[in-house]
Amino acid sequence: MSKDQPISPAVMAQRRAPSAPTSQSADSDTVRLTGTAAEVVAPEEMTGSQAIIRSLELLGVTDVFGLPGGAILPTYDPLLDTEKINHILVRHEQGSGHAAEGYALASGRVGVCIATSGPGATNLVTALADANMDSIPMLAITGQVASSAIGTDAFQEADIVGMTMPVTKHSYLVTDAQDIPRVLAEAYHLASTGRPGPVLVDVAKDAQQATMTFSWPPEVELAGYRPVTRGHSKQIREAARLIAAARRPVLYTGGGAMRADVAAELLELAELTGAPVVTTLTARGVFPDSHRQNLGMPGMHGTVPAVYALQQADLLITLGARFDDRVTGQLDTFAPHAKVIHADIDPAEISKNRVADVPIVGDLKYVVPDLTQAVRQEFQDREAPELSTWWEALESLRETYPLGYTRTDDGHGSPQYVVERISALTGPEAVYVSGVGQHQMWSAQFVAYERPRQWLNSSGLGTMGFAVPAAMGAKVAQPDRVVWAIDGDGCFQMTNQELATCVINNIPIKVAVINNSSLGMVRQWQTLFYDGRYSNTELDTGHDSRRVPDFVKLAEAYGCAALRCEKDEDVDATIERALEINDRPVVIDFVVSANAMVWPMVPSGVSNDQIQIARNMTPEWKTED
Amino acid sequence: MSRHTLSVLVEDKPGVLTRVAGLFARRAFNIHSLAVGPTELSGISRITVVVDADGELLEQVTKQLNKLINVIKIVELVPEASVQREHIMVKVRADASARLQVTQAADLFRATIVDVSTESVVIESTGSREKIHALLDVLEPFGIREIVRAGTVALGRGPKSMSDRALRH
Repeated sequence: MSKDQPISPAVMAQRRAPSAPTSQSADSDTVRLTGTAAEVVAPEEMTGSQAIIRSLELLGVTDVFGLPGGAILPTYDPLLDTEKINHILVRHEQGSGHAAEGYALASGRVGVCIATSGPGATNLVTALADANMDSIPMLAITGQVASSAIGTDAFQEADIVGMTMPVTKHSYLVTDAQDIPRVLAEAYHLASTGRPGPVLVDVAKDAQQATMTFSWPPEVELAGYRPVTRGHSKQIREAARLIAAARRPVLYTGGGAMRADVAAELLELAELTGAPVVTTLTARGVFPDSHRQNLGMPGMHGTVPAVYALQQADLLITLGARFDDRVTGQLDTFAPHAKVIHADIDPAEISKNRVADVPIVGDLKYVVPDLTQAVRQEFQDREAPELSTWWEALESLRETYPLGYTRTDDGHGSPQYVVERISALTGPEAVYVSGVGQHQMWSAQFVAYERPRQWLNSSGLGTMGFAVPAAMGAKVAQPDRVVWAIDGDGCFQMTNQELATCVINNIPIKVAVINNSSLGMVRQWQTLFYDGRYSNTELDTGHDSRRVPDFVKLAEAYGCAALRCEKDEDVDATIERALEINDRPVVIDFVVSANAMVWPMVPSGVSNDQIQIARNMTPEWKTED
Repeated sequence: MSRHTLSVLVEDKPGVLTRVAGLFARRAFNIHSLAVGPTELSGISRITVVVDADGELLEQVTKQLNKLINVIKIVELVPEASVQREHIMVKVRADASARLQVTQAADLFRATIVDVSTESVVIESTGSREKIHALLDVLEPFGIREIVRAGTVALGRGPKSMSDRALRH
């Protein structure tokens, strides 16, 4: 086997000391985690299930989300005795998965969820796929039928390792109790290092019941896993040369910058280069919205200046972004004049969609400061580039096409206004979590993001129903922050049973249901591309409908505080009322117009040059050259 | 699209072949052939996979394979610097009157007769893809009853071993 340096859990957490300016908790968490993981435990007899709990404790896990069942029952018994792990009993396993994601996104720590075999495990699949798409560190532990029954179509048997291979970073099936500490240590390490992601550990019931000899730290062997940390110095110098020579550079930042905790380093690089910054959906908050250089979100519902900047750029300084189709639009017309510097910890992202001129494989925690240093050197040797013409063009667009909205003419409330006011009255120290659809785009656009981990959503997979359970997880990770779930009426109906979990476990999240009585984003496409033929998008929860369900009654049934707001003039008072209630979850039914649409928009499959600021209205471009 | 031979060292763990095969399927990469077996190191298997892919796609295939935790190392074996062999067994109709001709044809290709009956012979051959094709062309007129082929296996020429640097330093 490998003669590479063995990876010990003791060194795992030391690799990176997060230093993002506002996430104090991440720092202290890491220190504590390192201390715990370095603990040595002399060999001791115990059951496999005790070994699971003990390993989690030693890995520094303090919160897990789960729901028991037959095949995981042995593990739930020692869970009753641990004082170090807080288990939160969810109402559906998908909720435990999204809660673990929200927990991880809000804190930077590994989110942990537990489910039983068969349907328990399959209910986790959506959350695993979601975490995989957005590179969220997550550890999922599932029970499996006894090893002697595997392959016999036993009761509640499902090949969860097999079915989640495409949507996990890695997975394990444990049939020998002795393997438990090593596998959990490896899984935790894999989930949290390199490009983070979900790791599944499926443990056969007999392995949980068997006796084993536990010791810590286990010897971890991952011969095929060596994530690159430092970027290649020659490539970094080459990137700095391109930056010094560029006249229309753009810093294109993605979720990787969030995962690497490089907000402070990014700010330094951005201010040194003077280049405009665009923050993708997963990167909102990694660079402050209030900063003059931030042009906002690029892509399908991006701002006009952000989209224009990418289209007209002569250089993309790509940091932890992956040229997703929602950002690039029609790929072969995306940023046609730009050379591409692409820095990412995952080599497979580089040149996957857009060929990179300067590829840099490495951890942004090292790459960004190294690049800043190289650029500084370059600016000393030759002058810093003159970007005033570039900024003139961008500023003029920013003035002419600011993010905004017009109220609908049906007399109903504006969803954008609700989102805007929630942000204004709550501020950037809160956490904002959304589901998927129109309300998600409005939340990305109209909440002012000033700090990393302020904004959590399901970006890559686009999982409706993400908000409530993820907000619950975020609130567990950051109990002192206000956590808003800005949800849609469609999304809310997919996972709102976790309100029960929130009430019973005293997790007082705030849920703003942006209730337009429909599957709004689908309806918007039907308005624009299907002649207004509204096939199966009416949900009957809003104005002039039967209100099934009545969200206020529903929330009250769960024991939440419930409010309803139907007019713009009541929005502020309602939000203020919600902000005063902190002893239980609050649900607000914001009943709004179904006719509001998300603008700007680049219609699917066309060039970003075709961005529309309203229906059939494309800005007039002042072309640079 | 051009054809490339990749040698992939993997940990011999349950499911590793599924992971590799599944990766090819979901990323829509085309596998032409695949062969897997143990190596000189215990716990390490070697997968030889022949893919149809051009430059950038091949790079993606390699990078995606490398992301699999159980994959230790990948080397592309180019024809000029490697030995590549296919293996085939073919059952050919050969009664008494045709048997001599069939055996002569097999001899020309340095193929071996491994089974004889009154109606047929089984011929075994190892060689390059071109040689195997030529052999099949020659046997075709006699009547081919059954074919079984193994995926291409390949080794780099010269004294170096691909497991050297990956695993023993």
